Amino acid sequence: MPLGVFIFLAALAVTSALGTVLQRNPVHCLLALVVTLLAIAVMFIGLGAVTVGFLQVIVYAGAIMVLFLFVIWLLNLQAELRTSPGYLALKALAGLLCAALVAELFTLLWHAPTAGGAQAAAPPGYGSIEKIATMLFSDYLISFEVTSVLLLAAIVGAMALARRAPAPQHASPQAAAADGPARPEGA
Amino acid sequence: MTQFNWSLINFAWLPILPLIVVAVGAMGVLLAGVQVDDEDSGALGILTIALLVFAAVLSLLLFGGRPSVAFSGALAAGGYTAYFDLLVLFAAAMTALMSVEYAADQGLAGAEYYALLMFAALGMMLMAAGDDLIVIFLGLETMSIAIYALAGFMRHDPRSNEAALKYFLLGAFSTGFLLYGIAFIYGATGSIKLEPIEAALSRPATDNALLLAGVGLLLIGFGFKIAAVPFHMWAPDAYEGAPTPVTAFMAVGVKAAAFAAFVRIFMVHLGPLGPQWTMVLWVMAGLTMTVGNLAALVQTNIKRMLAYSAIAHAGYILVGMTAAAAPRAGGAILYYLLGYAFTNLGAFTVVVALERRGAIHDNLADYRGLAARHPFLAAAMALFMLSLAGVPPLAGFFGKFYIFSAALDAHLLWLTIIAVINSVISAYYYLSVLIAMYVREGGVEPAALRTRPALIATLVIAAAGTVAIGLFPQPYITSAAGAFVSALGNAPHHHVVLSR
Repeated sequence: MPLGVFIFLAALAVTSALGTVLQRNPVHCLLALVVTLLAIAVMFIGLGAVTVGFLQVIVYAGAIMVLFLFVIWLLNLQAELRTSPGYLALKALAGLLCAALVAELFTLLWHAPTAGGAQAAAPPGYGSIEKIATMLFSDYLISFEVTSVLLLAAIVGAMALARRAPAPQHASPQAAAADGPARPEGA
Repeated sequence: MTQFNWSLINFAWLPILPLIVVAVGAMGVLLAGVQVDDEDSGALGILTIALLVFAAVLSLLLFGGRPSVAFSGALAAGGYTAYFDLLVLFAAAMTALMSVEYAADQGLAGAEYYALLMFAALGMMLMAAGDDLIVIFLGLETMSIAIYALAGFMRHDPRSNEAALKYFLLGAFSTGFLLYGIAFIYGATGSIKLEPIEAALSRPATDNALLLAGVGLLLIGFGFKIAAVPFHMWAPDAYEGAPTPVTAFMAVGVKAAAFAAFVRIFMVHLGPLGPQWTMVLWVMAGLTMTVGNLAALVQTNIKRMLAYSAIAHAGYILVGMTAAAAPRAGGAILYYLLGYAFTNLGAFTVVVALERRGAIHDNLADYRGLAARHPFLAAAMALFMLSLAGVPPLAGFFGKFYIFSAALDAHLLWLTIIAVINSVISAYYYLSVLIAMYVREGGVEPAALRTRPALIATLVIAAAGTVAIGLFPQPYITSAAGAFVSALGNAPHHHVVLSR
C-alpha cells in the first residue's frame, strides 16, 4: 500500500474515531464510527487481507451498526447524559481499560514478526475469498445451509411476535380500539 | 476463475432425508397457512403432524443403519441420531396434537406457530446429528430462536411476554458461553469436528488449560439449556408464561436435544477428560436434584411445579452422565429421556385440558375435585404424576432404576443416595396433586373434553406409552443401549475411559 494512501486512511480513521468519542449526539457518534470502520476495512484490503476487509464492512459497518442504531432508537437516547457524578467513576474505569488496551497493543507490536516474516509464514492463497468459499461449500456445506434455515426461523419468529394481530375477542371494545391500527408506533 | 471441484462435497442424501422433510415441511406449512384464519388453524396442525410422522418413518428406517459420518464429518448417521430424531419428532408431533384445539381456541397465529414448531424440531434433530461443534451450535440456535418466539406467542398475556424475554435474554447469554467454549476448544485442538478433537486429546502438544477452559464453558452453556442448577433461574418463569403446549415441548424436546448433544460431546468424545468433567457434573447433579425438588415442594402453580420437577429430572439424568465410566450409563440416559417424554407430555396435556380462552386454570387449587367431575382426566394425571415420582411399574420407575444402577456400577454411592432421597422428597409434591384431585373439593370445570378429540388422543398416546415403556422395558432399554453403542461406534478412541 502506498504510504500516501496509508497516511490518508490512518488520519481518516483517527479523526473519525475522535469524532465517535467527542460528539454529543449518539447518532452522529455512530456515523463517525462507521467511517472509522470503513477506513480500517480499506486498509485491510490494501494489505492483501481482502476477506477480512469485506467481513469488516459486512459485519461491523453493516450488521453491528444497525444493531447499535436499533438500541439507540429503542432507548430513545436523544441528548447525552453526562452530568451525573456517577459517570466520573465510569470514566476512570474506561480510562484504565483504555490504558490496558494501549499497553497490550504496544506489547503485540513489539513482539510482532517483521512484515516479511509474516508474509512468508502464510501459504499462498491463505485466507483468500476463493479458499474460504471452497471450504464453505464443501466441508461446511451443512453449516452453511442450516444458517439460512436459522435466519428464516428467526424472521418467521420476529414477524409472528411483531405483526399487528386483531384484538382478542374477549377484550372490551375500548381495549380493542387501543390495539387498532390507529395507534402510533412507540407512543 | 478456477472451476469448483464438486467432488469436494461429501454429499449423502440418506442421513439428511428426515431433516429435509422437516425443513421443507416447515416452509410448506408456512405457505399453506397464508389463507388460513387463526381461529381454524387445526388443519395446519394435522398437516404438521402428518409431516412429522413422515419424517419419523424415515428416521425409523435409518435406525438400524450402520453408524457413519457424512458431509466431511459434520453429521453422524446411525442409531444414536435416529433414536433422538424419533424422540424429538414424537415430542413435536404430540405438541402439535395437543395444540390442534388449543391454538385455535387461543387465537394463536397458526401458520407461524406450527412452522416454528417444525423449525425447532429441525434444530433439535441437528443437535442430535451434529458431529461437529458448529452444526451442534447452529442446531441449538435454530431450536432456541424458534422456542423463544413460541414462548411469547400469547402476545396479550404479560406472563407470556415475560417468559419469552427472560428465556431470550438468558438464552442468548448462555449461547455466548457455549460459543466461547467452542472457540477455546478449537484453539486448543485445532479442530471443530468431534472426532479430530478426540484424537487431539491424546496428543501431548494439546494445550490443556485452554482445553479445560473450553470444556468448562461448554458445560455452562449446556447447563443453561437443560436448566441445571445454578443455571436454572429462567426455567420457572419461562415454563409458567409460555403457552402450555410450548412448555411441554420445552420440557421434553429441548431437554432431549440438549442431552443428545451433551452426551455425544462429553460421554462419547471427551471420554479421556472424564475424570475432570465428571467431578463437576457430580456437584451439578446433586445440586440440581436437591434444589429442583425442594423448590417444587412449595409451588402452588402446576406449571411452575412441573418446571422445578423438570429441573430435578435433569439432575437425575446428570447422575447418569456422572456415571459415564459405567457401560450401562448411556443406554440408561436414553431410556430415561424416552419415558420422561411420554410422561411429561401427558402431564402438560392435562394442564392444557383445564385451560380455556381467557381463563388459565394452572393453579394447584384448580385441580381440586377433578376426579369427581372428570374421572378420565384425573386418572390420566394421576398416572403421569406416579410415573414422574417413580412408582413401579411405570416408565419413570425403570428410568430411575437404570440410572441409579449405572451410578452404582460407577461407584457413585453417595450421589445415588442423594438421588434416592430426592426421589422420596419428590413423591410429596407429585402426590399432593393426587390428593387435590381425589380428596379435596372445589376447583374448576374444564372445557368439555368431548369437543376436543385431539386432546383425548394425546392423552391416550401418552398414557399408553407411560404404561407400556414401564411394563415392557426390555425392548426399549435394548434399543436405547444399542443406540448409544452406535454413537460409540463412530468414535475410534472411546475406549480410553469408556468400555463397550
